[in-house]
Amino acid sequence: MSEQKLALHVNDKDNVATIFANGIRSGDEVVIKDKNGHTETVQVLGNVPYGHKIATCDIPKGAQIIKYGEEIGVATRDIQKGEYVHVHNLDSMRGRGDLPEEGERTHEL
Amino acid sequence: MSYEFMGYVRPDGQVGCRNHVAVIPSVTCAGDVASAVTRQVAGTVGYFHHQGCCQLPPDLDRVTETLISLGCSPNVGAALVVSLGCEGTDTERLVESIRKTGKPVRVIRIQELGGVSAAIKAGIDAAQELVMEISGLQRTPVGIENVTMSIKCGASDTTSGMASNCVIGYVADKLVDLGAAVIFGETTEFLGGEHLLARRAVNQDVARRIYEIVDNMERRARSLGCDMRRGQPTPGNIEGGLSSIEEKSLGAIVKSGSRPIQGVLDYPERIAGRKGLWIKDTPGREPEILTGMAASGAQFMMFSTGRGAPQGFPTMPVLKVCGNPNTYERMKHDMDLNAGRIITGEKSIAEVGEEAFQAVLALLSGKQTKNETLGYHSSIDIYTMGPVI
Repeated sequence: MSEQKLALHVNDKDNVATIFANGIRSGDEVVIKDKNGHTETVQVLGNVPYGHKIATCDIPKGAQIIKYGEEIGVATRDIQKGEYVHVHNLDSMRGRGDLPEEGERTHEL
Repeated sequence: MSYEFMGYVRPDGQVGCRNHVAVIPSVTCAGDVASAVTRQVAGTVGYFHHQGCCQLPPDLDRVTETLISLGCSPNVGAALVVSLGCEGTDTERLVESIRKTGKPVRVIRIQELGGVSAAIKAGIDAAQELVMEISGLQRTPVGIENVTMSIKCGASDTTSGMASNCVIGYVADKLVDLGAAVIFGETTEFLGGEHLLARRAVNQDVARRIYEIVDNMERRARSLGCDMRRGQPTPGNIEGGLSSIEEKSLGAIVKSGSRPIQGVLDYPERIAGRKGLWIKDTPGREPEILTGMAASGAQFMMFSTGRGAPQGFPTMPVLKVCGNPNTYERMKHDMDLNAGRIITGEKSIAEVGEEAFQAVLALLSGKQTKNETLGYHSSIDIYTMGPVI
């Protein structure tokens, strides 16, 4: 395994990056790398396991969380740049039988 | 560039990469007899499902049709159907439909033969004769366009969408370009990415059908009035970093590559010579999707995993591509290919993709997958829609 503590940012629209390093603790620095090879060093907030995500910018409560250039859920509270993003602060919007019916989903054709 | 492999040419023109005698219980209640036969007779494998009685007629038809499709699949050289005698499936249609492919088919009926011990004896004798009949069949060179690959991801984590699914997508595009067929499924794992698939549909009818199967699956998931999380994504997915079904789906659909989507196959439906990229409407759980994919007539499956899924299917070899370098090191005896080298930066997607394609050619010509060598191949069940009554 590479010694560099790396986080991958896969699409320009994304506001999260995925950490591929073991044992990241709160306060550690990771290098966020995008598709074009640009890098940025960020301080991590929270203990982040291998393969989990951090925010690459501040994300306000209610805003979409974007990965692969697409929505993967909504922030349930304000999230700071560098903060651990997972089920504790990201809500899925699909298959939610516990939420009221939102009516027929519209489809682009 | 054209590619060939050594396959078993069947009387109906399909080409198998394995040559099994399939023992097919027409109902779950015949499973124990079928199991005794497969334990005794080398060269046989069993489809030990749990369906076939006390279900609503559309489900009974679905079970009959799925068993027919499994019996017709090209890796099956001959079939022994084991009937109890009072099942809800249509055993006569099952036997006759498989027989139409030209392969040898036998049937035993437990109640008619006078019970379990008599049926086991008759079953062993019949299965032995079938093995003697087909085991001398030789492989011959055939073109890669005869291949149907099925694909799936299971026990996924965040490496799946960034490494192992990318490798499968590479192989899927290559096979489609070579004139073969590729089938992907896991309709639940389209939720959140269905618009990307619909954009790749060959026409608006196919796009509409993609949205329809996703809406139906989401309606079923919502029907118990709860948040789907823990069911999908699973606790393992969540521990692996996948936060929502949307994130899991967007990573999952990467394995379908980039080619146009020709249409949607129903669960028991066979590919029947059609080419290009297809969807099969299935859930994500292994037994049901592996069964649906084998029923399509796919000779093999490429299976991507991050956390380490060991499953296989009785007649369809499953090639495991592992995206997580840590998991690959831990589970080398279950994983066929290490795509974790993409995550560590050692290899590109295309480099591992080419290795995977060579592994596929070897598999098709007879090289065993890790799940086959371990005999870990009983992940089978038929996806039904209604209640057991």
